[in-house]
Amino acid sequence: MMEGINAKYVSQKISKTRWRPVSSSSLQQPDIFATGSWDNEDNKISIWSIGENGISGLDNEFEGDPQLVCEHKHNGDVLDLQFLDQDRIVTASSTGAVIIFRHHHNSQTLSVSQLWERAHHYPCDNAPCTGIVCNSPEIVTVGEDGRIILFRADQEGVLRTIENADSSTIHDVTFLRTTEILTVNSIGQLKIWDFRQQGNEPSQILSLTGDRVPLHCVDRHPNQQHIVATGGQDGMLCIWDVRQGNMPFSLMEAHSAEMWEVHFHPSNPDHLFSCSEDGSLLHWETSSNSDTPSFLQGGRNTSIVSRSAIAPAGGNQSLISSWLTGDSSKGRLETTHMLPSQTLSVNSLDVLGQCLVCGTDGEAIYVNRRVPI
Amino acid sequence: MEEVDVEPTTTYSHDSNHVKVQSILLYNPLSLCVSSGGSAGGCPFVHEVRKDEDIYSPILRKLFNESHHIFVGLQRIREDLPSKNKKPQFVSISKNYRSVIRACMEELQQVAGIPSLSTLKGFISMMSHLSLWCKQNFNIFCTLFVVCDPLAGSLVLHLLDWVRLHKADVDEKAREVLASESPAEHQAYWDVVISYVLQGRMDEARQVLVKQAALQPAARVMFKLLDNLLMKMPIFNPGETQTLTEFDVKWRHWREEVDHCLQDQSFASNRHLEDICKILVGDEDVLLEYKELLSTWYHFLVTRLLFSHPTVKPTELHYYAQSSMHMFLDTRSVPEPLDSILLAAFEFDIHQVIKDCSIALNNWWFVGHLTDLLDHCKLLQSHNLHFGSNLREFLLLEYASGLFTHHSLWQLAVDYFDHCPEFGRVYLELQIERVPLDTERKALKVIRICEQRQMTEQVRSICKIMAKKALRNNRLGSALSWSIRAKDAAFATLISERFLQDYCAKGTFSDLDLIDNLGPAMLLSDRLTFLGKYREFHRLYGEKRFSDAAKLLLSLMTAKIAPHSFWMTLLTDALPLLEQKEVIFSADQTHELMFCLEELTSGKSVPTPDRPMQVLGYTPPYPLSNVCFPFNLLIHCFIICSNLYSCLARG
Repeated sequence: MMEGINAKYVSQKISKTRWRPVSSSSLQQPDIFATGSWDNEDNKISIWSIGENGISGLDNEFEGDPQLVCEHKHNGDVLDLQFLDQDRIVTASSTGAVIIFRHHHNSQTLSVSQLWERAHHYPCDNAPCTGIVCNSPEIVTVGEDGRIILFRADQEGVLRTIENADSSTIHDVTFLRTTEILTVNSIGQLKIWDFRQQGNEPSQILSLTGDRVPLHCVDRHPNQQHIVATGGQDGMLCIWDVRQGNMPFSLMEAHSAEMWEVHFHPSNPDHLFSCSEDGSLLHWETSSNSDTPSFLQGGRNTSIVSRSAIAPAGGNQSLISSWLTGDSSKGRLETTHMLPSQTLSVNSLDVLGQCLVCGTDGEAIYVNRRVPI
Repeated sequence: MEEVDVEPTTTYSHDSNHVKVQSILLYNPLSLCVSSGGSAGGCPFVHEVRKDEDIYSPILRKLFNESHHIFVGLQRIREDLPSKNKKPQFVSISKNYRSVIRACMEELQQVAGIPSLSTLKGFISMMSHLSLWCKQNFNIFCTLFVVCDPLAGSLVLHLLDWVRLHKADVDEKAREVLASESPAEHQAYWDVVISYVLQGRMDEARQVLVKQAALQPAARVMFKLLDNLLMKMPIFNPGETQTLTEFDVKWRHWREEVDHCLQDQSFASNRHLEDICKILVGDEDVLLEYKELLSTWYHFLVTRLLFSHPTVKPTELHYYAQSSMHMFLDTRSVPEPLDSILLAAFEFDIHQVIKDCSIALNNWWFVGHLTDLLDHCKLLQSHNLHFGSNLREFLLLEYASGLFTHHSLWQLAVDYFDHCPEFGRVYLELQIERVPLDTERKALKVIRICEQRQMTEQVRSICKIMAKKALRNNRLGSALSWSIRAKDAAFATLISERFLQDYCAKGTFSDLDLIDNLGPAMLLSDRLTFLGKYREFHRLYGEKRFSDAAKLLLSLMTAKIAPHSFWMTLLTDALPLLEQKEVIFSADQTHELMFCLEELTSGKSVPTPDRPMQVLGYTPPYPLSNVCFPFNLLIHCFIICSNLYSCLARG
C-alpha cells in the first residue's frame, strides 16, 4: 500500500530527480537526492535531504518530508542529471551545455566545477543536450544535434566526438559495457556504439518493425548486459536482448502517453519502474519459478497486456497478466500504480534500495521510503 | 437589474521610476502596454505593466498547484451520486482549499519579515493580508452557503468558529499571562479573560479566572458564583436530541439567573466581574466598551448573537449584521470593501459576494475556485451573462487565461479550460499555439495536450514549426520524425526532395541510417516512398542482385512513383545494367524502358544534370556531360535497342 507518499510542492516543475549513490558496502537507505527544474525563467538544481530521523520542521510535516539543503541557478532547462560520484553532479542543459556541479558538504553549497558551454550545438543555433550517462570519470552525452560526445571529468577538452551519429534527436544513452554504449533516437532506433572502433558508424542498429515510434528512455539490466528496456512516445515498454537481432523480446502496453523514464531496480532487477506524461508511475514486478524474470521468457511472441492505463482517482490498481507463452513455467507480471491519484506528467523517477523519488509537472516531488521490493 | 459601471480603481505601479505615459497601446485584462516618450528626443519606450504580479511569486505557485489538484479532484466527483453523499465531499474539499490557503498565508507572513525583501514589503504584506482574509473567509462562505441548514440552530456555533480563527492571538496572550510569575497581576490578565468570554470559550475563561480567585480568598464566594454561571451556560449542540425549543427554554432560564445576580449586585465589588456578568446578559453598551478586544464589527455581531439571540436563523442574520456594523463603527469611519463582502454574505447574496470579491481581490483565484465549488453545490442560479457562458465559466476562463501567460503555469490552465464546457476549448486552441517551444521535450508535451483533445490543426502547425526548425539545422531525421507525427505528407515530400538534392549534389546518400530504416513511414508520401525504394535499388545493385535491381528500377518508373524530373537519372542508372554481359532486362522490360524514354522526350520534363556515377562503379565510355541533350538520348536509344535485339536473338 502506498501510504506515506505525500506531495511536496516546490514551486518549480521538476524535470529530473536522482538519488545520491550510497556506498555498496553500507546497508543504508539513501537520504539525499538532487532535482533539476525546467520551463522556468530561472531554472535551478537543488539538493534535498530526507534525513534518517526526520528533520524537525513545522508541526504538520510528517517525518521524512524532503528539506532543501542547497540549490544553484542553472542556465537552461535541466534535461538530464546524473551523479558522477558522491560530490559531483553532471547536468545536461537545453542550451547545449554540459555542466558539472560540486556539492560542498561542509558549507552545504553547490558550485559550478566544470562547464562545457556549447558541447551540443547547431552551426547557428543552440541544440539541447538531452541525455547523460556516467562511468566515473567518463561522461557520455547525447543531444538534439545527433552528436555523441565523450568527456572525462577534470579534463577540459572533449575526449571524442562522434559527429552526425544520428540524423534525428538522440534522446537517451546507457552503457552496455565499459566501452560500449547504446542510444535511442526519435525514429525508434537503438544503436550500439563501440568506442574501441574509430569511425562514426554504429556497430549495430535495432528497431521495431512497424511504426517508427520515437524512443525516449532506455535502461540496462543491472546484471545482464545484453538486456535493455526502452520506452517511447506510445507508452509501450519494450524489453530487448541486443544479441538477438531485430525484435524486442517483449512488448507491453504500459502508459497512455510518452514514457519518460524507465529504470530497473539496481539491486533487485525483477522490479522495473516507469513513469509517463499521463501522470502515472508504474511498478512492474515479476515473480516466476525460474531464475530469469518472465518478461525474458517471452521468446519471439509479443504479448500485449490490455489494460486501462489511467489510474482511478484515489486508489492504486494491481493487475496481473500472464504471459502467452507455450512455456509451462508461466511467469507472473504484476503492475502497480504508485501515485495516489492522477497528477500532471511524471517526468522523472529514481529508485535505490527501498526508496523511490519522482518529480512532476505539477511542481511536486513524491518520496516513498517503503517500496515493496 | 442593470449593472452600473463603477470607476476603475487606481492602481499604483510598484516601480519607483515614474514614467509619463503618453498613450495606451493595447490592453487585455492581465497587462497593459503603455508608451512613454524618451528623454529629450530619445527614442520612446513601451512598458508592459503586468497586473497579475502574484503569479510570479514562488509561494503563490504552490497555492496554484495545490488548488489545481483539488479543483481537478472536485470536477471528478461523479454527477450521479445522491446529494447527501456529495455534501460531505464538498465540505472536505472546502477544508482542503482552506488548508492550502493557510499554508500559503503562513509562508507569506514569514517572508514579509525578511529584511532583504524590504522593497517588496508593501506588496508582500498586502498579499499576506489578502491571503489571511481569504483563509478566514473561504470557509465561512462555504459554511453559510453550503453547510448551513436554515432550520437548525447551529448558525451561531459556525460563526463562533469563524470568529475564533480571526482572533487566534488570544491563546498566545493567554499563554504569556499564565507563564508569568503572577498571572493574576499581569496587565493583560483581564483582557484575556474577557476575550475568552466574548468568544464564548467559557472553559478557558474559567481556567484563567481561577488564578484570580486564588489571590482573593475573601471574595471566594463571588468567584464561585461567576464560575458557576459560566459553567452552566447552555450551548446548543446539534448532535444531541435536544430540540431548539428545549434549548431556548433552558437558555432563557439561565439568562434570568444571570440577570438576578446583576440585580442583586452580587458582583458590585469587582468591576471586571460585573462587566463579565453584563456581557453574559448581552448588554450592548458594555460590549461596545470592549471594542478594542473585539476589534471588528463582525466579532461584535457574533458575540451579540451569542448572548442575545443564540438561536438566530440564517434569514435573520443580515438584520443583525447591519445593525451591528452601525453600532460598532463610528459615524465617520467608512466600511472597508471587504466588510461589504461580508454583509453580502450574511444576506446570502452569493452573486454580490462574488462580484465584490472580484473587484476587491487582485486575482481571480479566490473567486474562481469559490464559484466553482458553489456551482457544484448547485447554489448558483445559472443566469447567463451577455455573451452566453455562465458566471462560473466566465471566472474560470479569466483565471486560466491569466495562468496561461505564465511561462510555467500554463499547464495548469489546460485543465481549467477543459472544465469550461462552452468556451474552454476555443480559448485553449488560441492559447496553446502561443506557448514558446524551445526544446523538443516541451513541444512533445504541447502536442500531447492537443492530441488528447483532438486538436489536429494545432498538432499539425506545431509539428510543422518543429520540422522546419530541424530542416534549417539540417536534421533531416528529426524533421521526418515530426512529419510522421503530424501525418504531414507535404512536408515529408519536402524532406525527400532535400535528400534527393543532396544525393544529386554529392553522389551519395546522407543519413543512410534513416533512409535504410524508413519502415512503414515510407508510405506517408510518394516522394518518400520513392526515396526509400531508390535507396533499395542502390543496395540491390551493390549486392549484385542485378535482376532484382532492374525490376525495381523499372517499377519505379512504370508505377509512376518516381518524379518525372528524376527519370533521366533513372534511365542513366539503367545503362550499366544494360551494358552487362548477361542480359538483365527481358524483352518486355526493354520495351517498357523504351516507352519511358519516349515519354520523357515527348513530355515537357527537363532532364536532371549529370551527376557522378561512381556510386554505381560505372564510368561511361563517353563523357555524357559534353553531349548535348538529343544526342544523349540517341545513345540511350541505341543501347536499349541493342539490348533488345540481343534479347530477341536469344529467344
